[in-house]
Amino acid sequence: MKGFILSFRSEFYKTRKTMGFWSSVLLPLLLCLLLFVGFFIKSDKLINTPGMMLWLQFAGAILGIMGLLLLPMLIIFIAYSVNNVEHKADTWKTLFSLPLSKLSVYAAKYFYALFLVFLCLALFVLFTLGFGNLLSIVKPGLKFNEYSVAGLLTQLYLKFFLAALGILSIQFLLSLLFSDFLKPMGIGFVCTITGSILASNNWEYAYLFPYSHPMMAMKALSQTHPKDNGVSGKMPEITINMFTHETWVSLAVAIAVFIAGYYIVLKRSVK
Amino acid sequence: MRCSQRKSMVISTQNLTFTFGSQTVVKSLSLQVPEGSIYGFLGPNGAGKTTTIKLLLNLLKTQEGSIHIFDKELQSNRIEILSQIGSLIEQPAIYLHLSGKENLMNRALLLGVPEKRVDDMLDLVHLSQAANKKAGQYSLGMKQRLGIALALLSDPKLLILDEPTNGLDPNGIIEIRELLVKLTSVHNKTVFISSHLLAEIQKMATHVGIINFGELMFQGSIAELEALSKPSVQIETDKTVDAANFLKRNNIEVSEVNDHYLFVPFTSKENMGAINALLNQNDYTVYSINKQQQDLEKLFLAITQNA
Repeated sequence: MKGFILSFRSEFYKTRKTMGFWSSVLLPLLLCLLLFVGFFIKSDKLINTPGMMLWLQFAGAILGIMGLLLLPMLIIFIAYSVNNVEHKADTWKTLFSLPLSKLSVYAAKYFYALFLVFLCLALFVLFTLGFGNLLSIVKPGLKFNEYSVAGLLTQLYLKFFLAALGILSIQFLLSLLFSDFLKPMGIGFVCTITGSILASNNWEYAYLFPYSHPMMAMKALSQTHPKDNGVSGKMPEITINMFTHETWVSLAVAIAVFIAGYYIVLKRSVK
Repeated sequence: MRCSQRKSMVISTQNLTFTFGSQTVVKSLSLQVPEGSIYGFLGPNGAGKTTTIKLLLNLLKTQEGSIHIFDKELQSNRIEILSQIGSLIEQPAIYLHLSGKENLMNRALLLGVPEKRVDDMLDLVHLSQAANKKAGQYSLGMKQRLGIALALLSDPKLLILDEPTNGLDPNGIIEIRELLVKLTSVHNKTVFISSHLLAEIQKMATHVGIINFGELMFQGSIAELEALSKPSVQIETDKTVDAANFLKRNNIEVSEVNDHYLFVPFTSKENMGAINALLNQNDYTVYSINKQQQDLEKLFLAITQNA
């Protein structure tokens, strides 16, 4: 356990000045800032929008591409950058000749990638809420303060996080095995497109394919869309079913690939 | 007997064999590296040196044979053994986006070594001035020195260095050589150092192992290696070829003639003086004449080419 913590801290120390780390902070910040500016300029047209719809528009702008492209690409990039630090510096051999167990070195790296994905999604929640509330302060006419979206947003992003686990494990292993960017990127990209197509066409077995999961998580929102659309004047309830088929598949794939990856690391000769 | 002999061995392998696919890269290797020695592990490129080193560091799994380091079996005592080894394999493994000091700090974090030790190591390899410069801007020699600092950071009892002087200028090579000699003589460390250049190893090694095509061709102390080579007399004259022919006519064996020197097998000092006199008396001007240990380089080539 001590080895794991040391390795994890070292992962942070190594990457704290790289794009790999900063992208998971800057990406949510910049996207939310962009939205903020957009809503700020358009604010006159949004004065009459009820609070809930306003939040859905605000958060939905990002959520819309999150499942389609953003999350899978983010995962591919993070998995690549965490491993690329070692490929580029040719440090796998040093890493595995340290007096630390191979499991702690491998697991620390994996959990660091997981942490970056989590951090990025958490910051999306935080910045969405932050900038939304900031809008209602600088443009008091906007009814952001009429509805609290925090719980819903947290649940949604948590669902995205769970949907990300399967892909992350696969991309992590690919990036560990291949030192170049094109192979994991190419495989990841093709699988993401395939996954999106499968999920958007409601193929009945799409839940078995990890790359379909972010898309399916996104659809969880539209499926629970309120029927009365706020016409009755009453705020509709939106609930998110956190643990669905694909969530369990995502988890199972993550665990299986993580374990398989460890045995591959053990067997493989270190370059 | 065998047991007591192994007692003083820091590295001891028995019949170590390693196969990549159908190619046997290391064949039945039995290394014996005594404590406090500088063990030069020599062989041409592709002889199996790096593979052997990776086996010693458990980066490759032992397929056949066994490895004992500090009298302990490697597989089952991996972490304990690795905590006493510092290594540098091929190119130094350095994060180029971090400064030299950050590279050391990162390793210190992993090894649980205090920051003071990092500064000491920077001093030792003369990188204090460049400590906060990005390692990506380091020259090859500086990177190599940083690599050595990283290897020394945990104050290991055994240093395993794979071609550590690659790419260093003569000054850098001398510095590293002096450092390694000091580490073994003053601090009683053991150094296992691989190279494809015998001349370089010869100047510091106490023991030598020569490997070719994965097989150990020679193993022993440097004195034992030198004993294998016969000394010769190197003579420089104004007319080298004529002088060589003249000596042959006088029944003196000439082993080699080149543009500058001719070589005669060394028998005794008196004989050397006689040759000198003979040449001078017959109008050959002798610029220089001296006894030479037969080039170990040639011996090395002979050993590695016999295979």
